[in-house]
Amino acid sequence: MISVKHLRRSFGPIVAVDDISFEVAKGEVLGFLGPNGAGKSTAMKMLVGFLSPDGGSATICGHDVVSDPVAVKRCIGYLAENAPAYPEMTVGSFLDFVCDARQIKGQNRKSALDRVVPVCSIESVYHQTIGTLSKGYRRRVGLAQALIHDPEVLVLDEPTDGLDPNQKHEVHDLICRMGKDKCIIISTHILDEVEVVCNRSIIIARGKILVDSTPQALKEKYKCSLDEVFRKITTTKKSA
Amino acid sequence: MTGLMAVFKRELKGYFATPVAYVFLVIFLFFSGYLTFKEGFFEFRQADMRPFFANLPLLFVFMIPSTAMRLWAEERKTGSIELLLTLPVTVTQAVIAKFAAAWCFLGIALFLTFPVPMTVCYLGDPDKGLIVTGYIGSFLMAGGFLAIGSFFSALAKNQVVSFILAVAACGVLVYAGMPSTLNYFAGIFGPGSVPVIESLSFQSHFDSVLKGVIEFKDIAYFVILIVGWIWACSIILDERKAS
Repeated sequence: MISVKHLRRSFGPIVAVDDISFEVAKGEVLGFLGPNGAGKSTAMKMLVGFLSPDGGSATICGHDVVSDPVAVKRCIGYLAENAPAYPEMTVGSFLDFVCDARQIKGQNRKSALDRVVPVCSIESVYHQTIGTLSKGYRRRVGLAQALIHDPEVLVLDEPTDGLDPNQKHEVHDLICRMGKDKCIIISTHILDEVEVVCNRSIIIARGKILVDSTPQALKEKYKCSLDEVFRKITTTKKSA
Repeated sequence: MTGLMAVFKRELKGYFATPVAYVFLVIFLFFSGYLTFKEGFFEFRQADMRPFFANLPLLFVFMIPSTAMRLWAEERKTGSIELLLTLPVTVTQAVIAKFAAAWCFLGIALFLTFPVPMTVCYLGDPDKGLIVTGYIGSFLMAGGFLAIGSFFSALAKNQVVSFILAVAACGVLVYAGMPSTLNYFAGIFGPGSVPVIESLSFQSHFDSVLKGVIEFKDIAYFVILIVGWIWACSIILDERKAS
């Protein structure tokens, strides 16, 4: 469902994403790992059609991100790093706006809201303005926004950042459940999370893919915890 | 198209969900009324709206960049642009929707000046056509200023910077048409330069609409101005949305 070929993007002299290629199929939950500034977010922003790549191509559900970005945006749900929203709106009116923009109307809208609001546990803040919400709630609103059109592809940039342990657990469950019939990419620093939810992991550093494997295979190969695997890979390759 | 309408609706509602709209309306209505009566509305002893319209360009130079400055600078600063542009809308649609919402808001502000024409009608028997063309001209001019403002808002991430740049650009376009400026340029570049500079400025086109004549060249001036700056805005935004 996602096919990325030789994707490249630089900001001035800094090469953020340097020639990465991978494919993700339906039913896969791909964990994007890497140190800060590795290019995870930049790669994700290119996949969702927000940033245009300098070179290479990416297709999502058969649509090219450069030539047909609107079709790509229609089949993707995206939660950005800082869960952006409009602070002056209430949660309800914000979700209504997203429904408007995604052409979810009438009965469909009602059922979409009935599905998404309990899943993200935002019933209690539904009539509150987003600006007054805590970080965790804001992220849940962002997640609701990404799920509202029941997309085939989900791209979540640090989805559990700022959530309390219970919420984290619920989001993990949610991802595991959805992972069966969707194609999900999540980026994270939390390696336990990768073990729990991902059935594949890509480690990238300085814009390049270092490892593309499953968390289990990595642990067996290096015979240590995922934390140590991560440290070994990202530090040795850097000094080399 | 649905994306465009959704963004338009959200934007327009957004003005009234924050103090922006109310502060703007109060200040705008106060000064548009104050300047009208201060500039000798009663002393002219004529039932027309010339004193009201004559002050609008100057008022717009400051007021419109203040509405336009937040259009894109705020979205970029808070990161909500990343949400907006990952919804199924194109950059151009988003730019047009936001511009249209702001223009609509300015239309509401102009509409709320209705006590001025009512006063004029109460005091005498004004030429209604002149009032209508005056409002059309003002609305078009507001659109022109707004397009310039939205361009600078996309250019600078900082709202203050975008405000100052927009005021400067609008100011240049208004003052280029003032007689004193034209005389000055005539002294440097010769009298041949006067019609060129005059036709580039807001003032001359606005004045001719105020006379009650809606000419093709004046409408074309405003339309080209609006389309041009909006187009530039969407190009610059496409380039800079991520940085």
